[in-house]
Parts: sequence; C-alpha cells; structure tokens
Amino acid sequence: MEKFKTFNGVVCPLDRSNVDTDAIIPKQFLKSIKRSGFGPNLFDEWRYLDHGEPGMDNSNRAVNPDFVLNDPRYRGAQILLARENFGCGSSREHAPWALADYGFRVILAPSFADIFFNNCFKNGILPIVLEDKVIDDLFRMATVDKALEMRVDLSQQLLTAGGWQRNFEVDAFRMHCLLNGLDDIGLTLQRIDEIRAYEARRRVEAPWLFGNRS
Amino acid sequence: MSAKTLYDKLWESHLVRTEADGTALIYIDRHLVHEVTSPQAFEGLRLAGRKPWRVDANLATPDHNVPTTPREGGVEAIRDPISRTQVETLDANCRDFGITEFQMLDPRQGIVHVIGPEQGATLPGMTVVCGDSHTSTHGAVGALAFGIGTSEVEHVLATQCLIQKKSKAMQIRVEGEPGRGVTAKDLVLAIIGEIGTAGGTGYAIEFAGSAIEALSIEGRLTLCNMAIEAGARAGFIAVDDKTIEYVKGRPYAPEGGLWEQAVAYWRTLHSDQGAQFDRVVTLDATTIRPQVTWGTSPEMVVAVDQLVPDPGEENDSVKAEGMQRALDYMGLEAGTPITEIPLDRIFIGSCTNSRIEDLRAAAGIAKGRKVAGNVKQALVVPGSGLVKAQAEAEGLDEIFIDAGFEWRQPGCSMCLAMNADRLEPGERCASTSNRNFEGRQGQGGRTHLVSPAMAAAAAVTGRFVDLADLDKG
Repeated sequence: MEKFKTFNGVVCPLDRSNVDTDAIIPKQFLKSIKRSGFGPNLFDEWRYLDHGEPGMDNSNRAVNPDFVLNDPRYRGAQILLARENFGCGSSREHAPWALADYGFRVILAPSFADIFFNNCFKNGILPIVLEDKVIDDLFRMATVDKALEMRVDLSQQLLTAGGWQRNFEVDAFRMHCLLNGLDDIGLTLQRIDEIRAYEARRRVEAPWLFGNRS
Repeated sequence: MSAKTLYDKLWESHLVRTEADGTALIYIDRHLVHEVTSPQAFEGLRLAGRKPWRVDANLATPDHNVPTTPREGGVEAIRDPISRTQVETLDANCRDFGITEFQMLDPRQGIVHVIGPEQGATLPGMTVVCGDSHTSTHGAVGALAFGIGTSEVEHVLATQCLIQKKSKAMQIRVEGEPGRGVTAKDLVLAIIGEIGTAGGTGYAIEFAGSAIEALSIEGRLTLCNMAIEAGARAGFIAVDDKTIEYVKGRPYAPEGGLWEQAVAYWRTLHSDQGAQFDRVVTLDATTIRPQVTWGTSPEMVVAVDQLVPDPGEENDSVKAEGMQRALDYMGLEAGTPITEIPLDRIFIGSCTNSRIEDLRAAAGIAKGRKVAGNVKQALVVPGSGLVKAQAEAEGLDEIFIDAGFEWRQPGCSMCLAMNADRLEPGERCASTSNRNFEGRQGQGGRTHLVSPAMAAAAAVTGRFVDLADLDKG
C-alpha cells in the first residue's frame, strides 16, 4: 500500500444519508476478479443516464448532469463529503476500490458503516468522522460557486480550508499503517509464534474446533 | 470475577494478543468463502507466495452468481460469461489451495449462510467470518460471526487471524408473546424500525428476552442475519437447549466424547447475571404487527395495517428529503394504505428466509390458492440443495407449483440479482430478502421486505394483506 501523504484536494459534496455500497458500486461490476478498474463505474446508477454493464465504453455514455460527480466544479475531487451511515449494506470491498480508483482519498461524514469504514483503511482511504454541525458547515462551504479546496494532514490530524481548521480523531494503529503504507498481513505474520501458541492451547481446551469432517 | 456478557466471553476466548491501545489479534475458527469476494484474496495469496494457514477452517460454495434454473449443463452452461468466470475461479482456487468446496452441482451447495449452520460447520462459541455482510446470521447459534472485506479474507486465509477492536455491547430484549402471523422477520424489521439502520453501528448486539428464546433456531438465524441492517457487524443469541438440539448430529458437529466436552462448554455461552451492556433496548413483542418496508432503507418500515408515511410530518429536513426521495423511487404516495399496494413479482428466498421453516410457512399460505393475475412471477428459491430436497420430500414443491409459483435451484438469486433473476425497472416486489436499497433487485426495481408468510399472501392476493384477513377471506 502507498504511504498516505499530506495533500490539497477538492471537496465533492454528496448530500444523501445512508449511501449504501450497492449504490457506490452496483452488483453487475462485482463479477470482476480484479481489484482495479472500478472507478469509471463508481455510483454508476446515479452518475449515468443509461444502465451500465461491465465492459462498456464509459466515455460514450450519457451522464446525469444533476449528479454531483458530473458537476465541473468537482472534477478531480479527492475528498468526498457525505452524510450519516455512509457505506452501509454489503461488505463488498469493491466500494473502496471504486472510490480509490476514481481518486478519492478521504471521506468526511458524521458516521460510517463499520465494515466499509474498516475496508477503507485497507485501501489507503482515510474515513474521517466529524460532528453533524461541522458536516453541515462543510456542505454550505462546498456548495458555493467555487469548489472548496481542503488540505488533509494525517500526521497532524488536521483539516484546513482557507481560514477554517479542524482537528480529527483517528485510531493510532490505523494512522501508523496509513502513514507508513503497512500491509496488515505482514504485520500479523510477525506474530506467528503467538498464533501457534494460541492454537496449541485451543487444541487442548476446545479440540472439536480442529479437523474437518472425514 | 466480574459478570461477563456473551460478547465478552466470545471475544476473550479468541484473543491471540492485545495491544496497549486495544487493537487485538483475534483467532478465526471458521472461514466461509464464496465466489464474489474471494478471487482477489486468493490472487493476493499467490502474488505473495503464501498458503492458507489452516485449510480445514475453510468451507466454500458458489452462491451469488449461480443460476436457479435447471443446471444439467453444469458450470459451463452459466450463460453470463462473467458469472461463469467467477464460479470457475472459485472452483480453481479451492482446488489449488485444497479448500473444501460444495460446488454448484453438489447436493449440499447453497447460500453460505444457510449451509454453515446446516452442516454444523458453524458451531456455538466459534468465531465465524466470511466476505459477506450477512455473516452475522451465524450468531444465532451463539457464535461471534461477522462480515469482512476482501483484504480481510486474504488476511484470514494467510494468518487465521484478524486485527480488530472490540465493539461496544448492546442488548436488545424483546419480551412477551407476539401476535399471530408475527415471525422472526417481523421482529427484526420492527427492531430496525426502532433503532434505525445506524443504531447498531459500533456495537455487537445480543438479542435476548422471552420472544427471542421462543424462536426456533431458524427464526434466530433470520433475526441475526439482519443485525447488519441495524448497523451491527455481529448479532448473536445465547446458547440454550434448542441450540444444542439443533447442532446435534450435523455433519461437522463433534461426536462422542468431544460432543460431551463441547456441550459442557457451550452451556457457559450466555451473559452472566448482572453483566453490563453499553446500551440496552427493550421492545414489547405484543405490540409488534406483521411488517412491510415502504422505502429504500430497511428502517423505512411500518406494520401492514398502517399507511405509507408522510415526509411532511418529519421535522428533520435531511430525513424528510430522504423519505421523499424514497417515495419517488418507490412510486408511492404518502398516506396510501400498505394493503392497497399492488405487486408485480414475489421473491421467497435469500440467506434471511430460505430455510425449511420459511418454505413451510409460505407453502401453508399458498396451499389451495393461486398466484394472483397481476403477479407476473412468484419465485421460490430454497437456501440449499438439502433444504430443497427436504421441501420436496414434504411435497412443498408441488404446493408451490400448483399455486403458480416457480420452484428453483438454490442460490442468492433475486436478493441481489447477480444472476439472471431480477426486477425490471419500475417493477414492485414483495421479497423475503434483507435489503430494499435502490436497484438492489435490479436497476429501477422496487423492493418491499416482508416475511415468507406475507410474501406468499401477497402472491395469492396480488397486494399486501393482513394475514388475519386472508384467513377470513
């Protein structure tokens, strides 16, 4: 995973609550056996006027001019501003893959669904929880004529936009992994001895958990 | 020793290591695998030159993409080439890594969340994970079960562990005897209506109370299945006699001396007297009526004898807008009685409601009746090959077919429409599945979540109906 560095990005406001992972990446695109290439189909049903299928040339499709991703102000946005319970529903990691592939690196929302929140960190996306009032303010700031540009500094846990500043909370372990681009599996495999010791103990305490049916 | 919740017990017994900040490495006893969320994880293993840590902890089956029409042609006959590739990829990955798979033509194939408990592959006290949010289902037998993303699928395959932080503990108590026609599905929809789809976010939910204890294990599976729709990754229920009776004799369940040892341990899997929860919610089961969702989120739910709600009466403007957007999408007017909503299609199936008791309940309504003229299609999709065989042994298939339902092969089917079973734009479906999101059952499709009995009643009357009125009619 790439290291998460400080950056300045445009804020794209998606003013809907309970945005589910089916909406983020519709089911027909889950048939891919790859991790990449989902960006053009991010929010497919809201973003385009026709029905999308895998393998289509997305550059020729009619876009929905009313959908925020198609607003020229927000072109190239790297920060998604969202409402409560963002990422609810299906556990599909294709949702953060699509967001990351599109170019989003940070999502700001008053709350996230647990599985999605967790999946983001595995893919270099930083989900940030902010109070409702702060999110309301940001929606006002992001929906004026000129797009809102924000600086995200993870190591300082600081968001800056013009004269506006806000600190945010992030789990220390997850911050460490993002900043250093660490792979969880590599970290866990440093604990091989402890895993083996646990297993040895469990084989005695709960032997029925080991060995499949004959 | 202080009193512990069931969650404390399940969590602590799986701790390999805890960091100072609470980040924990927990051990996973059972990993269920399906074709949609696993290919990238197996690819990751290959690229890193890794092997599964413990092959025997894994069990795989294809379910999301498989056709529910006759399968004589095998995998090669799956018409959608991309679906076929995914099923073939699962077969190849399981073969290459030595993982047990119930392939598409195996009589034990089915929806992962149906076959896990059915096989005794998910047992009380286990940690159970799968790259599927409805893994919470398995909590019904007193397991800590939750959905994970593909990176975590790879992590479990490679290390048999996951890096997690402990959730907060919520207890939802449902007390009293529910009225006639009120099923586990109605209880869980009422719970979601009460706490909201984000109400359980950050929590693991223990369901308890007399109405929960009274449920069969299959009813409990339905209930825990939808914990995720309340925002909680995991939902579970204490082990009791019903749990142990249910597990006994299943293919993967322990036998002989191991069985006795396991049962002695399983008997401890309940919250202790006086255990503290971060939040307790209590519902009165006697006031819960059969439920029907009207919108595009499972929390948008009312009782069958109520009206489609009016966004004008909602004070929160973001919520009111969401309600209006849902009404527009669903093609509904505020104030319409739920019983006057006509239906185009009926879907009885999914990991929520495709077990034998669900099919019996639906067949009980369908028997001697006919699917209404305005209903274009009424699908019954059993949750597994073994459920299908059991239903056929009981003659349920004939009841459904005589009434004009289609009797299908097992799989996820129209719950998420990854195979050929789907709604056309604007079509309205009474569905026993778990999500009524926009486009979930097909682009532009409109989903109303209900119990199997309600779906069957909707099939034969062409609209939603209070089950008590159906008996009168």
